[in-house]
Amino acid sequence: MPVAVFFGCAFIAFGPALALFVFTIAREPLRVIILIAGAFFWLLSLLLSSLVWFIAVKASNPENVSLQKGLLIFGAVFSVVLQEVFRFAYYRLLRKANEGLAAISEENLSPISVQQMAYVAGLGFGIMSGAFSMINILSDSLGPGTVGIYGDSQYYFITSAFMTMAMTLLHTFWGVVFFDGCEKRRWWVIAAVAALHLLVSGLSFLNPSYEGSLPPAYVIMVLMAAWAFFSSGGSLQTLTQVWMCESPFLSILLYSGTTPILHKCQGVAILWN
Amino acid sequence: KLQLLSLNIMDGQPSLLLTCLHICPLPGVGCSSVQQKIYVQLNKTFPCVRLLNATHQIGCQSSVSGDTGVLHVLETETDLDWVLSSGPNPPYVVLMVAEHFNRSTMMKLKGSARVAGVAVVISKAGPAQGFSPHHSCPNQNSGVYSDSYGPELAGCNVTVWNPLGNSLSYEDFRFPIFSLHEGEEADVIRKCFLDHNRGVNGSDPAYPLCAMQLASHMYAVKDTATCMRRNDIQSRFSISPEFVCDALADYNVWSSLKPLNNSGKGHLDGESVVIAATRLDSRSFFWNEAPGGESAVGGFVTLLAAAQALRAVVEDHPPSQNILFTFFQGETFDYIGSSRMVYDMENGKFVIDLDNIHSLVEIGQVALHRNGQLWLHSDPVSRRNSSVRSELISNMKSTALNLSLSVAEPDVSQPLPPSSFQRFLRARPIPGVVLTDHMSAFSNRYYESLYDDAEYLNVSYPSGLSPEEQLEYVTDTAKTLAEVATLVARSLYKQAGGLDDHLSSINADPKIVTQMLYGFLVQSNNSWFRSLVSPDIVKNLVSAILFPASGPQPPQYYVGVPTSGDPVKMPTWLVQYVLANFTGTLRNLTQTQCKNPEDLEGESKDLYSYFWVQGPVPPNSTQGEGYCVRAPVRLVKAHSPAFELHQYSSRDYSTWTESRWKQIQARIFLVASRDLEMLTLGVGVAVLLVSLVVTYFINSKADLLFSSSRETTSTAY
Repeated sequence: MPVAVFFGCAFIAFGPALALFVFTIAREPLRVIILIAGAFFWLLSLLLSSLVWFIAVKASNPENVSLQKGLLIFGAVFSVVLQEVFRFAYYRLLRKANEGLAAISEENLSPISVQQMAYVAGLGFGIMSGAFSMINILSDSLGPGTVGIYGDSQYYFITSAFMTMAMTLLHTFWGVVFFDGCEKRRWWVIAAVAALHLLVSGLSFLNPSYEGSLPPAYVIMVLMAAWAFFSSGGSLQTLTQVWMCESPFLSILLYSGTTPILHKCQGVAILWN
Repeated sequence: KLQLLSLNIMDGQPSLLLTCLHICPLPGVGCSSVQQKIYVQLNKTFPCVRLLNATHQIGCQSSVSGDTGVLHVLETETDLDWVLSSGPNPPYVVLMVAEHFNRSTMMKLKGSARVAGVAVVISKAGPAQGFSPHHSCPNQNSGVYSDSYGPELAGCNVTVWNPLGNSLSYEDFRFPIFSLHEGEEADVIRKCFLDHNRGVNGSDPAYPLCAMQLASHMYAVKDTATCMRRNDIQSRFSISPEFVCDALADYNVWSSLKPLNNSGKGHLDGESVVIAATRLDSRSFFWNEAPGGESAVGGFVTLLAAAQALRAVVEDHPPSQNILFTFFQGETFDYIGSSRMVYDMENGKFVIDLDNIHSLVEIGQVALHRNGQLWLHSDPVSRRNSSVRSELISNMKSTALNLSLSVAEPDVSQPLPPSSFQRFLRARPIPGVVLTDHMSAFSNRYYESLYDDAEYLNVSYPSGLSPEEQLEYVTDTAKTLAEVATLVARSLYKQAGGLDDHLSSINADPKIVTQMLYGFLVQSNNSWFRSLVSPDIVKNLVSAILFPASGPQPPQYYVGVPTSGDPVKMPTWLVQYVLANFTGTLRNLTQTQCKNPEDLEGESKDLYSYFWVQGPVPPNSTQGEGYCVRAPVRLVKAHSPAFELHQYSSRDYSTWTESRWKQIQARIFLVASRDLEMLTLGVGVAVLLVSLVVTYFINSKADLLFSSSRETTSTAY
């Protein structure tokens, strides 16, 4: 039943992206456009780096193993740098587009905030890079065989899926943080994003020892999630508020008769209404 | 490729590419695919394919994408039990050595639903007790003996010609069967089995298991009538017709001592011809694996050598009658070649007709004679009151006296062995004999099997000889076959009215025989063959070698179907060119003149064929001189009349067709356990559900969560 592997891996790799798309993007046409344009920008970066890689491989001596390995590392670094360059280019473009959008809207307000654009653009990058790293693997996961006849790990498919999921989410968070850095002209933020991207890409060189590449990637992902959360206006305060008021624990808390918390929540509700 | 490469560099799995760098000769060009981490392709395999006749389908079939099963190596009875009943992971693909490839095992496997396919490892030498997957009574329904002609002799009632025949080639298997030769690939498969499919201390083996997929999906089903009807529908209604089967067909080769005018067909007044016939083809259980040593090569090499031997005398002392040498193709499949020639003779489409035939001498299986003992078979029904036949036999017997051979007749009541001659007898009671090395049952223990090869005919060479030295080395088999060829040549000369005085100058050359045996049984791409054929065929000879690394390759003698890229089979080409060089004359023509000699004086395309031949290549050159050979050697279609007449259920003519197929592929790989697969699916579903719930929750509270952002953005614009 290799079909089970196919769907399992597809859900792992693209489940989060799908959920994000369905609940946050699909309903608003402008976000869909930005998402697809973001995906296109990532594709452009891919095209360019492929070209460079292709020329490099063709021009080099295929027998020289260490040279080829060096080329591979060079290709990975070059590609990451190129992706970040394109992310910046996309930021510039969106900024211009945003001015236009603001000009034509009635209240001279853009219908979309920079943070939202950053998130949507990042997701666009993530979905496209996820698709490109996963689709070939997915098609091979349909079987009938599985990896391992040359002594490789039989967990190849599932770890690839998890790596893809991490990359998709990481691109989203990087997008948010990167745009924020541009917005606030904090160049070290941009440098940090590029460095982390390089680091994660570099981690995949540790494969097939997946314990060396997957956990660090997920640690970085969690950290980036936190950073993106704070940079886009989240705070511990809002987090606890939402957690307290909306979590399933709320009803339990209510029943236990802790009225001060209840008051606080009501206060928030009043503030926002 | 471009996209795949870059995906690997970017965020995917560079490990793949890195590992590939060490395996592949061309890193980054052909090996970036995940497929190469999963599958080991087996390239040196030969499938069993489906053939159809008027009533049956035979051979093997797989599902469209191939049948997959857990690999199990069959070594003992318990392995068979494991596959058929006790093994916990059916279906199985069985890997067996050739010793187990017999009828009882195969029929057990055939009856089991737990078998997904069979791979047979062919060893160098055949089983000592003999092995023949052919019928025990070859071509019994298409020969001369039937209810109306010698009913007491029909159906091998008197003699079972091939008692070792187990008819395995004529079974219809619903699973694919592949063969591979002992060597690297077989070792890879065995290693995969040993590493993964053997439980520790007798326990059931644990996943991941080594599995094999065999793909040989055949398009045709049921019988020839059905598949030809489908072909017809396709060609009528489809813009790009996809045929499902093709008739087995190729070309007969014929030549005559004195040229016959090819433009005139039908009866030739005053012409009386002695036919010397033999067959060109063979088969085995597997497609295009047919070494045909004893069953075909021994016979036609003898006849070729005889034709060459006759050349010495016929120029100065031609016999009064003409001799027609014919080499029939497709005889294994209900006499395709001979039935076509007889059909053409009957219908005035051949250069002579049946009335022109004086007598017929057929060379059967002659290479395995013991102490020079040969047998002359003739037809007990038509032999009554035939003086020509008794003259023929006494000719041969007396000729043999001067050689180290003895010729005898088997018991009077014995019918003819399976032979092309039977097709002539069906049309006319022509006097004739079949020369063989067996009195009753075949001496060939590997009739129409893979083992009927050079080794079986003792065509072997002392170790340490280079290919060129092997080509020149005269083997004992060549010496004895040259004797037989001399016998044939002298008897033919005498039979055609030649004078006894010249008999002693007719001698077959053992050196030429050994060269032919080397070329036809060991390595067709040799310097001698290359010097005898046209430059185009030299190219084919070189490119026909599928696996140059795995040693010399003889041509295969399965008749096959004509394709646009390969209209004439290589053995047919080779025999034609060898015969042309043996019987023809050198003409001083240029290459263009040789192609079109019509306008030149003294040249005629009606009487002769013209062959531009590469010639011997000098030691320090790549191209031979090239010369033009003129010889009365021609090809005629060996295409069963049943297809010409659209009688696809014919009982008189061969109706064999070969199914077309999608792809032939064999590969091994590991299969994951169900638990791991279900775990992957479970994790996937869980990830999807969790992300849906979390996203929904966060999105619904986004205003609250990112409160400060909303305020800042509001003020920003």
